[in-house]
Amino acid sequence: MRGKGRPFILLALALIGIFFLLPMLWLVLTPFSAEPTLAVKVAQPSLNNFHEVAKNRTALIAFKNSIILSAGSMFLVVLFGSLAAYALSRTRFAGRDTILSMLLLFSSVVTGVAAMVPIYTLNSRLHLIDTHIGVILIFTAGFLPTAIFILKDFMDGIPRSYEEAALVDGSSSINLFRHVAFPLARQGLAVIAVLTFVNTWSNFLVPFVLIRSNEKLPIAVAIYQFFTEVGIPRIGVIAAYSLLYTLPVLVIYFWISRRYGFGFFGGIKG
Amino acid sequence: MVSSTIIISRRTSAGFLFPGLVVIGIFMVFPAVWVLYLGLTDESLTGIKSVMPSFVGLGNFIRIFQDRFFYNALRISFIFVAGSGWVGQVALGLFLAVILHNEKSWLKPAINAVTVAAWIIPEVVVAYLWVAFLDHDFGLLNRVLGLFNLEPVNWLYHHALFSIILFNTWRGTAFSMVLFTAAIETIPPSFLETAQVLGASGWRRFKDIILPMIRPVLLTDIILITLWTFNVFTPFLLTQGGPSFKTEILPIYVYRTSFQYFKLGYGAAISTILLLINLGFAIIYLRAQRRSKA
Repeated sequence: MRGKGRPFILLALALIGIFFLLPMLWLVLTPFSAEPTLAVKVAQPSLNNFHEVAKNRTALIAFKNSIILSAGSMFLVVLFGSLAAYALSRTRFAGRDTILSMLLLFSSVVTGVAAMVPIYTLNSRLHLIDTHIGVILIFTAGFLPTAIFILKDFMDGIPRSYEEAALVDGSSSINLFRHVAFPLARQGLAVIAVLTFVNTWSNFLVPFVLIRSNEKLPIAVAIYQFFTEVGIPRIGVIAAYSLLYTLPVLVIYFWISRRYGFGFFGGIKG
Repeated sequence: MVSSTIIISRRTSAGFLFPGLVVIGIFMVFPAVWVLYLGLTDESLTGIKSVMPSFVGLGNFIRIFQDRFFYNALRISFIFVAGSGWVGQVALGLFLAVILHNEKSWLKPAINAVTVAAWIIPEVVVAYLWVAFLDHDFGLLNRVLGLFNLEPVNWLYHHALFSIILFNTWRGTAFSMVLFTAAIETIPPSFLETAQVLGASGWRRFKDIILPMIRPVLLTDIILITLWTFNVFTPFLLTQGGPSFKTEILPIYVYRTSFQYFKLGYGAAISTILLLINLGFAIIYLRAQRRSKA
């Protein structure tokens, strides 16, 4: 693109870049400001907002809750996902691929608020409203199809000769899985684990609908409550808390995309 | 290549599949089917109807088609998908991918970084960032306009729909951009070089080479973006659907009906319609994929 149009293209790119950058400046500057407001300004630097977060009971409890939800979903998705993917990768039966694509279809269709109506009703019948396990099971069911799909691909790439050798030594199926296949697939499992963690961590809608009591809310909903209920006086806390909440997500995504390429998580986000 | 050794028996294999399929079956497949029934009842979030809902047949559906809020939400959703999905994310993503594909300067990684960051920051945080960005008195957008001597605008009040369209474009352009960038990279460079030597303009190279070569990806992208944009709930965090229902897209309408007005049965009927629309998008997607493979 070297031509007479070049200056215009540069100008367009610069404007688009600025458009994307501007809303983020607030998140970078305000947490460190001594007088936080909704305005973006470079004020006297201060770590006071972070001290406020550390003293805020709601913020700390929500942090713990987010870890419970994310780690719980991560554990179940990796455990159930790897078992299922292993079974699908090592046995052939009629309709195997159809099952998998039907599940993927379901997981892309059953999404958003429309899915939350029957999910809420189901969880309330099962007495799972306002419980962490209820939320974890919903996330697990939502992420599992994609996780199984990716993990099966991954396990298909692992040579069967290791397992055949172990089989000759007389290993049971479960030991074969635990000591041979699971360790060999750990790279793929790590990616699924991290993506499940981050997606649960970032999700707002599911806990917003399914959790009622304040002491069980994860960070996503706690931040929302901070800004709808407490509002302006708490801007410094909201800013610092948002930054602490966002950083792990940014670090993890940029790490994964550097290692595995961006396309890898394109399908699983959301 | 297929080894004949049986590594795990069928029975073990079924055992391994069982826990995952049970969770998916109960917490995803069942709700999706059950919603069809719930939509035929007067289930409520609270009170006697939450324990003993009664069957009302197609009553909910008849009411939906007489409900002006439904038509309002349908219309707003369409504008929102067209504006932020097609014109916003798809077109802007395509534009960026095409312009940047042989850009060598630092602009390329810089634009990549900011768009991807906008895409992955958790939704509550991006919503709050935009509330701050669009704020009438302090917001950065009005400050920037002030530099050009323009009057401050009350974005979330007077231009609410435009604001959430702008917001959602900002939020999601990265996906399309990255998808198109990958697609353009698969075009043999000699095609574009030859065209350039022959003196084809940038627009001709785009229209006659790039566009036909990435058509399958373009279709995939449009369908996925439509599906996602149609279901996105984040605008609720900016406007709660207001002022006076001007930004009430269908997901917000479902949320208000089901969880703020407690009419779960009615909400389930609307959800049924939305899930069927989603299914329609998914089927179009699968067909397009199959055709592009064939």
